[in-house]
Amino acid sequence: MALRTFTSTAKPIARLIEEFNKLPGIGPKSAQRLAYYLLRVPTEQARDLAEAISAVKGKIGLCSICFNITDSDPCSICRDEGRDHTKICVVEEPSDIIPLERTGKFNGAYHVLHGVIAPTEGMGPEELKIEQLLSRLQNSSVTEVILATNPNLEGEATAMYLQRLISPLGIRVTRLARGLPFGGDLEYADDVTLSRALEERQEV
Amino acid sequence: MRAPRVYQTEAIVLKRIKLGEADRILTFYTPDLGKLRAVAKGVRRPKSKLGGHVELLTHSLIMLARGRNLDIVTQSQTINGFLVLKGDLWRLSRGLYALELVDSFTAERIENRPIFDLLLSTLHWLCQVGDGNIILRYFELQLLNYLGYRPQLQQCVSCNLPLQPIDNFFSSSRGGVLCPECAGKDPARRTLTLNSLKVLRLWQSCDCATASRVKINSQLSSELEQLMREYIKYLLEREVKSAAWLDRLNKEKL
Repeated sequence: MALRTFTSTAKPIARLIEEFNKLPGIGPKSAQRLAYYLLRVPTEQARDLAEAISAVKGKIGLCSICFNITDSDPCSICRDEGRDHTKICVVEEPSDIIPLERTGKFNGAYHVLHGVIAPTEGMGPEELKIEQLLSRLQNSSVTEVILATNPNLEGEATAMYLQRLISPLGIRVTRLARGLPFGGDLEYADDVTLSRALEERQEV
Repeated sequence: MRAPRVYQTEAIVLKRIKLGEADRILTFYTPDLGKLRAVAKGVRRPKSKLGGHVELLTHSLIMLARGRNLDIVTQSQTINGFLVLKGDLWRLSRGLYALELVDSFTAERIENRPIFDLLLSTLHWLCQVGDGNIILRYFELQLLNYLGYRPQLQQCVSCNLPLQPIDNFFSSSRGGVLCPECAGKDPARRTLTLNSLKVLRLWQSCDCATASRVKINSQLSSELEQLMREYIKYLLEREVKSAAWLDRLNKEKL
């Protein structure tokens, strides 16, 4: 279908444009720009890109312990003996680990759910890595589970559900604090955020 | 006169879909415009001014600007955030079920104020103590009523004779009760006990406070739930997704 649009273009370029076009957020014009840009770059640079793409698909998989994206199993965080493996931080997506790591405040292990419970979209617990989390917690030295799902309705539902499943195991369950964002504005804060910020206020 | 470029309305957020980097397409239910979809730009950023004001299960006052395709949410202010609802797994799940029903049954930009009022009251009732199942059944019956799918519970849908005080049958395809004589012809009928019929008749005509005072045992409760769910599934021609979640919570006794 898309090939027909580029009948005047050489076939390999038309194919490249078509492939770029499939990427999220890239429309036909951006795809064209990228393709013509690659035509002009040195051969090595183009080859590096091609290799990087095929390496991603060939070597990358999920860590069998925490289900983070990794090129070695178990992943570097799960293997790291310097980290505190008695604390597990539960996140929705692999990309959520990056900002948490950037803070440098957490030295425990992670568990990636790969989604969130969304009843109205038919997304239930069986589609997530919840069973794996529970079996990971059973007979383990884990003392605390930190629920770091997003502070929206689905994230809250997932956190409440997990809390009910994990508490009976005698493990401490905590949730990331909810309050005002740094650089924010009280005037625009919503009731839920503001009331939680008040409830969880701290001595200065 | 041309429609104004910006307009303001009360709204309950029914659904939200991610759009691009940080935007969302929101589905609202409003008193005067019915269901409508609009784009909220930048709501997924933590410092968004709209953020928490357009979460699901929130009653807000929103300002919209007409867009080329979809309108754009420019301001929003929470009227009621239903905090009690959001802090409890069961209440939250029931609330989501109510939202999904309204979203599935309505078309865009068709005004139906009673549905808005019903949904808003239901969210309030769910915040209060009481049997959540009764509130949902009452909500379903009333919603069908305002949509034009009110089940016929007074007389047989086939022979039009008044129903006798015995166990009868309910037919989803006929949208009402069949007497034992007529029921034989309908393959998809299900038994409707006399108690269920009485409860349904009462709920169809009373207010929610009265409806909540009815004491029903778990057997009757599950019979009514199955019946309503089957009828709704027949009308929508598909399952209600959040019903599966309610079943799961029930099964795991959480």
